[in-house]
Amino acid sequence: MTNLKTITMFFFFLIYVTSLSSIIHCRTLIIPNGESLMESTCRRTPNYNVCIQSLKANPASSNADVNGLAQIMVKVMTSKANDAINMIHQLQRSGSSSQKKALSSCASKYNAILIGDIPQATEALQKGDPKFAEDGSNDAANEATFCENEFNGKSPLTKQNNAMHDVSVVTAAIVRNLL
Amino acid sequence: MGSSTTSNESNDIPCSYIPVPDSPDAAGAAVEPRRQVKGLFVIFCGMLVLISLVAFNGYYRASNNGHEQASLAAALTKIIVEESGSETVPASSRWQQAASRGVSAGVSEKTNRLFSSSNSNGEMYPWNNSMLSWQRTAFHFQPEKNWMNDPNGPLYYKGWYHFFYQYNPNGAIWGDIVWGHAISRDLIHWQHLPLAMVADQWYDKNGVWTGSATILPNGEIIMLYTGSTNESVQVQNLAYPADPSDPLLIDWVKYPSNPVLFPPPGIGATDFRDPTTAWLTSQGKWRITIGSKLNKTGIALVYDTVDFKTYEKIEGLLHAVPKTGMWECVDFFPVSKEVKNGLDTSINGAGVKHVMKVSLDDDRHDYYAIGTYDEKNVKFIADDVKNDVGIGLRYDYGVFYASKTFFDDSKARRVLWGWIGESDAEYADVAKGWASLQGIPRTVALDTKTGSNLLQWPVAEVESLRLRSDEFKDLKAKPGSVVPIDVGTATQLDIVAEFEIEKEELEKVTSESNVDKYNCESSGGAAQRGALGPFGLLVLADDGLSEYTPVYFYVVKGSDGNLKTSFCSDQSRSSVANDVVKKTFGSFVPVLEGEKFSVRILVDHSIVESFAQGGRTTVTSRVYPTRAIYGAARLFLFNNATDVSITASLKVWQMNSAFIRPYNPDQSN
Repeated sequence: MTNLKTITMFFFFLIYVTSLSSIIHCRTLIIPNGESLMESTCRRTPNYNVCIQSLKANPASSNADVNGLAQIMVKVMTSKANDAINMIHQLQRSGSSSQKKALSSCASKYNAILIGDIPQATEALQKGDPKFAEDGSNDAANEATFCENEFNGKSPLTKQNNAMHDVSVVTAAIVRNLL
Repeated sequence: MGSSTTSNESNDIPCSYIPVPDSPDAAGAAVEPRRQVKGLFVIFCGMLVLISLVAFNGYYRASNNGHEQASLAAALTKIIVEESGSETVPASSRWQQAASRGVSAGVSEKTNRLFSSSNSNGEMYPWNNSMLSWQRTAFHFQPEKNWMNDPNGPLYYKGWYHFFYQYNPNGAIWGDIVWGHAISRDLIHWQHLPLAMVADQWYDKNGVWTGSATILPNGEIIMLYTGSTNESVQVQNLAYPADPSDPLLIDWVKYPSNPVLFPPPGIGATDFRDPTTAWLTSQGKWRITIGSKLNKTGIALVYDTVDFKTYEKIEGLLHAVPKTGMWECVDFFPVSKEVKNGLDTSINGAGVKHVMKVSLDDDRHDYYAIGTYDEKNVKFIADDVKNDVGIGLRYDYGVFYASKTFFDDSKARRVLWGWIGESDAEYADVAKGWASLQGIPRTVALDTKTGSNLLQWPVAEVESLRLRSDEFKDLKAKPGSVVPIDVGTATQLDIVAEFEIEKEELEKVTSESNVDKYNCESSGGAAQRGALGPFGLLVLADDGLSEYTPVYFYVVKGSDGNLKTSFCSDQSRSSVANDVVKKTFGSFVPVLEGEKFSVRILVDHSIVESFAQGGRTTVTSRVYPTRAIYGAARLFLFNNATDVSITASLKVWQMNSAFIRPYNPDQSN
C-alpha cells in the first residue's frame, strides 16, 4: 500500500518533469535529440552536404529563419558565380582558341546569373514574393548546365559549373518551403 | 476531479488522469484484491502517460520549424492527416507540411527543362540578334522593353480600355515593381502611357503589386492594390484617378490614410495580396476577397466595406481547399446559365453560376471551379468538389498565370487577361532586353452545352487584324503523313481548322480498356503514335522539319465506342536550341456528339495560343525557333495516327501588326 503510494507519487514526479521539459523546450536525458532548423531544412534539399557546408560557413545561419537561410544561399550563389567568371577570364586570357566561343557564351550566362537571377532572387526573398526567387535559382542552375554543355565533354569549367548548379538547386529547394 | 469512493469507479478511470488511490480505510477489508488490481491499473496508466509525453516531446522537437506552435492535439491531428495524404517521405519530415498537389517535383515550369535526352548531341545554339529580335510579337501586348508580369486593374472608362500591369522599369527581371499603363479603343491596338503608380510611399516602397478596379454605379473608379511596405508586410491600399474627367486616367492619387487593410491575426505578413474587384451584397455593402493560406490550405478571406476606406472582416472564409498552398490573384465572378453575355460582378440569383479562380503559387497555374455563391453564409460551393478550385480545371494548360477578368459593360462581356511568362533562359531575356507578354484578351462564358466548364475565345476585335486569307477544304492526310499548307510566311497567323476521322476506319479501331490513360504532359508528344492520333497542325515549322510545334488532338476509343479526346501543344521539337522549355502541354477536351474536332490557333512569333472546341480547352505556349523564323516559317497539316486517315478543312489569315506604341496625342485613335 505504501509501495503503491510511493510508486504513484514517483510517476507523478516523472510526468511533471517531462511536462516541464516539454513546455520549456530544454533537453533532458530522456528526450531524444532534436534537429536544428538548418539541419531539417537541408534535409529537404537534393544535396544535404552542399547545403550544410554552405550555410555553416556563414555565422548568421545559426539564428536565421528559413527565409534567412535562403538569402544566405543566394549569397553563396553569388560567390560561386564569381568563381566561375574568374576562371572564365583566366581561360580567356590564356587564349585557348578552340574554346573561345564556348567561353564567351559561358561568360554571358554567368553574367545573366549575376545581374539577373541573383538580384531577382534577393529581392523576391526580401520583399516577400518567394516564387521569383525559386525561378531565379532554378535558372541559375540551368545556366551552369548550359555552360557545361557548350564544351562537348571537354569542359575546363566542370568544377565551377557543378558548384554553381548544386548550390542553386539547394537554394531553390529551400525557397520552396516559403511558398 | 475528486476520486470517488465507490468501487465501480475502478473500471472507468480514464488514462489521462491518475486518481489518488482511496485511503485504506474507505472501502473495507473485503476490497483488498480489487485494490491490488486498481493499483496495477494505476501504474499501467501512469506509464502510458509518461511514454506518450516522452514521445510527444521528442517528435515535437523534430517538427519545430518556427512556423507552427503546435499543441499536442494539433500535432496528433497533423500526423493523421499527413500520413493519409503524403507520399513517401523520410520519417523525420513526415511532420512537415504535406507537398501540395499537382506540383511536378517542386520546380517551376520555366526551370523544369528537359535537358533533352533526345537532343543531347551537346550542340548549343548561339542566339544571335536576328533570332532574338524575331521573338518580339506583332499583336500581343508587351511594353517596349523590360519585365512585365501580372495584369492589374483592367477596366473600360469613357470610351477607352485601360490596362495596367506589373512592370520593372529597370531590367528584364522581376524587381522594382511599379504599375505600367496603356490604353486602347479595342483591346488590341494599345498605346503606352506614363507609369500609373510608383513605389513612393512607405506602404508600397517594396512593391506596388497587383490589384483590381471597381467601378461604382455613379461611374467612380476605385482601385485596390497590394503594397509591400518598407518592412515587406503585405497591405491593401486604395487609389483613384486624380482627374475623373480625364478619359486617359493618366494620374492617380493614393488615399492619404493608406493602408486600408493590414494582414489580420493568424495570417502571415507575406500571405495577404491581390484584392479583387468588389461586388455588392444584398445589404448594399461592397464585398471583396483576398487570397491567403493557412499552412498549406489555400483560402479566400472576405471583407465588407461601404466606402473602400474602412473594412469589416467577415468571419469565416469564402472558400478553402487543402493542400493547394497560397492563393494568389483570386478572382470571383458570376456567369450566366442562359445567355452568352458576361455579367456585372454584382449579379447573383437564379440563372447565375459563380466562378472562383485562383493562381497557385506552388505550381504557377491558374485554376477555376464553377459553383454557387451562398450569399447568406458567405460561401462558395463548387459543383464538383472532386475538381474544386486548385485541383480541377485550369483556364489554360500552358503558360498562363495571374489572370484577371473584368466586366466590359460597353459590350456586355467578361474579358480575361493572363500573364504569359518566358520559357527561355535568363541570359536570352537579358540579351533581348525584355521578358513576358500578355495573352490576347479572351471572352469568358459558361459552356451551356456541358455546364461544367467555361469557354474562352479571343475577343472579336482581334479579327480586325486579319489580312488576306487562304482556305483549304477537305484535305486528306493518311496515317503518318505531313501535308504542307501553302500560306506564304507563317509567323503571324490566325488559323481556324476542323478535322474529321474517317468513319469507317474509326469503327474498325479496337477500343482501349483505359480511356483516360493518355496524358499530354507525360506523353511523347506528337511523335507518340496511337490508333486515332495524334493529328493536327505543325506551326512555326521549317521546310526541313528540323523545327516545328505540333498542336494536336489525340483520341482514344473506349469500350463503349465513346471517344475521349486530348488536346496538346508539343514544344519538344520547337527549336534546335537546348536552352528552352521543351514540354508538352494540354489536357482532355470534351467533344460532343456530332461535333468535329475544331481548333483556333493564333501564331504571333514566339507565342502560340490554341483554343479547342470553341475554347473548352486552351493551351498557350512560348516557342523560340532558330530556323523557322521570318520568311522560313511554314505551316503543315499532319496525321501521325496509325489506323485512320483524317480530313481537314482550314482557313488561315495573315495577321497585321497591332502597332503597339507610346501614346501620341497628335495621332488620335
